[in-house]
Amino acid sequence: MKTFNFSFFASVAAGAVLASPAAAQHAGHSPAEPQQSAEAQADAKVKCEEEAARHRAMGHPVTEGACERTAQPEAAMDHSTMDHSQMNHGDMGQAEASSSSTDHGQMDHSQMNHGQTGSQDMQGMDHSSMQMGSNDDIPLLPPPPEAGSGPARAAVAIWGEEAMNEARRELVRETDGGMRFWFQGDRLEYRAREGADGYLWDIQGYYGGDIDKFWFKSEGEGSFGEPVEGAEVQALWSRAIAPFFDFQAGVRQDLTGPGRTHAVIGIQGIAPYQFEVDVAAFVSNKGDVTARFEGELDQRITQRLILQPRAEIALSAQDIPELGIGAGLDRIEAGLRLRYEFAREFAPYVGVSQEWRIGQSADFARAAGEDASVTNYVVGLRIWF
Amino acid sequence: MPAVNRRRFLGTSASGLGLLGLSGAMPAWARGADILAGNARKGLDEVAGPNIDLTVARSAFATGNRRGGAIAVNGTIPGPLLRLQEGTTVRLNVHNQLEEDTSIHWHGLLVPFQLDGVPGVSFPGVKPGETFTAEFPVRQAGTYWWHSHSGLQEQAGHYGAIVVDPAGPDPVQADREYIVVLSEFSDMSPHTIFDKLKKGEGYFNYNQNTWTDDYPLSGGDRRMWARMRMMPTDILDVSSAAYTYLLNGHGPLDNLEYLFRPGERVRLRFINAGAMTFFNIRIPGLPMTVVQADGKDVEPVEVDEFQIGVAETYDVVVTPGEQQAYTLVAESMDRSGMGIATLASTPGARAAIPPLRDPPLLTMADMGMSGMDHGSGGDAGKTGMDHSSGGDMAGMDHGSSGDSDMAGMAGMAGGMQMRDISRLPPDVKVGPGLDMVSMNPVDRMGDPGIGLADVPHRTLDYRKLRSLTPHREGRTPSRRMEIHLTGNMERYMWSFDGKKFSAVSDEPIRFAYNERVRVKLINDTMMAHPIHLHGHFFELVNGAPADRQPLKHTVILQPGGSAQFDLTADEPGDWAFHCHLLYHMHAGMFQIVTVANPDGSEA
Repeated sequence: MKTFNFSFFASVAAGAVLASPAAAQHAGHSPAEPQQSAEAQADAKVKCEEEAARHRAMGHPVTEGACERTAQPEAAMDHSTMDHSQMNHGDMGQAEASSSSTDHGQMDHSQMNHGQTGSQDMQGMDHSSMQMGSNDDIPLLPPPPEAGSGPARAAVAIWGEEAMNEARRELVRETDGGMRFWFQGDRLEYRAREGADGYLWDIQGYYGGDIDKFWFKSEGEGSFGEPVEGAEVQALWSRAIAPFFDFQAGVRQDLTGPGRTHAVIGIQGIAPYQFEVDVAAFVSNKGDVTARFEGELDQRITQRLILQPRAEIALSAQDIPELGIGAGLDRIEAGLRLRYEFAREFAPYVGVSQEWRIGQSADFARAAGEDASVTNYVVGLRIWF
Repeated sequence: MPAVNRRRFLGTSASGLGLLGLSGAMPAWARGADILAGNARKGLDEVAGPNIDLTVARSAFATGNRRGGAIAVNGTIPGPLLRLQEGTTVRLNVHNQLEEDTSIHWHGLLVPFQLDGVPGVSFPGVKPGETFTAEFPVRQAGTYWWHSHSGLQEQAGHYGAIVVDPAGPDPVQADREYIVVLSEFSDMSPHTIFDKLKKGEGYFNYNQNTWTDDYPLSGGDRRMWARMRMMPTDILDVSSAAYTYLLNGHGPLDNLEYLFRPGERVRLRFINAGAMTFFNIRIPGLPMTVVQADGKDVEPVEVDEFQIGVAETYDVVVTPGEQQAYTLVAESMDRSGMGIATLASTPGARAAIPPLRDPPLLTMADMGMSGMDHGSGGDAGKTGMDHSSGGDMAGMDHGSSGDSDMAGMAGMAGGMQMRDISRLPPDVKVGPGLDMVSMNPVDRMGDPGIGLADVPHRTLDYRKLRSLTPHREGRTPSRRMEIHLTGNMERYMWSFDGKKFSAVSDEPIRFAYNERVRVKLINDTMMAHPIHLHGHFFELVNGAPADRQPLKHTVILQPGGSAQFDLTADEPGDWAFHCHLLYHMHAGMFQIVTVANPDGSEA
């Protein structure tokens, strides 16, 4: 009987002429009420006049007619009886429209240029009556000098400068989009492969406003039972430079191997066709120049099941033997991950990721006793908050 | 039956706590109480002038399977209906029992600017524990509403209805009248919602196009949308994934009932007090006669469905009688959910609830490509969409293309620029916050709203509105001005002229006193925006004679389109001007309009 629950309330609320405190509705509102209140107003006027007389007797200036209700142009005037068809609108600045005639009934509106209104659906227009002010007659102008200048400050005179300035600052802050923190674990995964299985993390995040942000990234991987193979962190200033792209610059610190530091410059954003891209160039403290391109594409299979192809390409301007990097195309990684968004922020996935060392890099890998080509079967988690 | 008793008991105990002062500043959950014990009641109480107290306090709210923190005014969500009388003076005392500043804006009421209730524009705000009193003459009649203008409080329940009864006879005769306050409830905090909008793409949209959807989109269409980095399903930013849609605080399972006697004329006053949701309103089996828009009487228009933008109000008259019951459906524009109520001739009578309709898709017109000459689309590619199956494309404005030989949509987009900044005037700032420029932003006042172009019954659009009585103003505007609505969906940045409020907080939009200006709003985004000007009614330039142009306080800008209004700037002071989608305003789509004083001095 749960459904009866609120219908009980609602019917009380709606109950014909009940005025119980719970009455949510103004039911059966009587049209007679305005009449009563008109009497009340007349009554109030009498009282007001008596009061005015008393004040005058006391020597206070009270103007005649002070008790009249203030003018209510719209409500008080009965326009319905006016015959607008006879009005002369010739002096209203639209004379040059297409005819200087003031007899609008005779105007040939089919010749008027309605290009500004664009739509062809003119059925709603009543061309037989007066049609005011085509845009051609109205100049596109800035405000006149009488409009004043400078900041809006009308309220200062009433509430004081200090209170209003504080409130204005708060309003500006409140309508600015705000500062926020975002963290994303894009790939937090277990990698099954020939030999020792491994792991990978790929996280990023930011703190900032709409245009400028502090952006951080970290990637790393390794095999279980061995030291971390490659890990890095980046700290970047990120600035929105286009609707879909941020420019990023900062530093990258390698946490493994020779522990190099790099200057970073890059672009991150969304390319046409919804590719999420991250392109960056690095110059290390040894003068080595490298670059990286990452691209991802979310393909929605259903509202929650998403297939994500992913590609990463690493380039180098020179051989860096101590890092196992060869000049030119260094490494390509291609992956396909299928995730299910239990919530937008929480999506486990399975997938496969293929990695190839190319050219000189492949030789370095083989020399180190590693495979130049590795297939990882991955299971992982994509989260953000 | 036990449920009834339990609810009544809990309701009683909640007010009992209130009397003891225990439900004051501390939220219910902080007191360790059963969260239900602090629940705000659903629905509207009514309070009338001349002296009205409104107490804003933390609360909790529950409907269906959602419950969470809320803000209630006088213990209910929505807060009380303010019943005012035109020609009287009302004194409104706003008591702030929150731990943060609050405010109340009297939406649509003509008040002195310093009482308009916008912190930072009209006044400093109401500090915790303080009371703000707004006393003003009520100069108008009609259906209006009130809401917080502080932070994101409006989403949490801080809103209510205002009805001003006319001083003279009401031109709308009805035997009975009801208020329908449309809104949303979310168990997520509004700040969390905003955070998700900023960080996640289509976070709340579970109607996205996928490999397995059945949208009438060809492969070419899909590639075109992907290439633009936009979504054809981006209709509303927040969906039923976060919202339960409310009518007078009642969710779909709460059985809101409006009783009628067969044959009665029933006036329904619809108020969209939602934070983010446009609603499509229909009562299957019952035509509705629209008699008022934004509080101003209009010539009666009979429709079967109408769309109500955030912050708009429409009064309709219905004459139910043939059926025992009718379902009032308030479907969210993205068709992810609905609010429902029943018009019933006997308590408990119910009518069928129609299923949600298929979600709509954005069209060429929504991309700002209305009425493009399809014959010379530049690109010869005709591989685009199959229009024979493109039911949702019926809203496309091909009126001026003349010939029916259409280049495909995909081919079209190939030959055009989505962000041709040469089309913008120099005062529009081009930056990361602007992701699109409408190529052909035609006037879309004849558009019934997203998804309603192809429904098989009568709908409302702005061209069908005309003022019931001629209004006083007949001057031709002395100048025109243009304002561009700009944004970046991906970054969730929203602005006017490419500049967030923070960039122009010292440069208000200025008008001389009594100046009459034609304002053209151009929507360079693919979202519909309800644009609200405080303190004034502007006249929609909708093809009606100048003295019958409908007066409104809020105008919907259809995606990629434009709209014009004539404004007589006769209310001196500083006024807020903003998109009434709460999170768009919060993201920057806000400005101040300054109207100079009658003596010519600056306001």
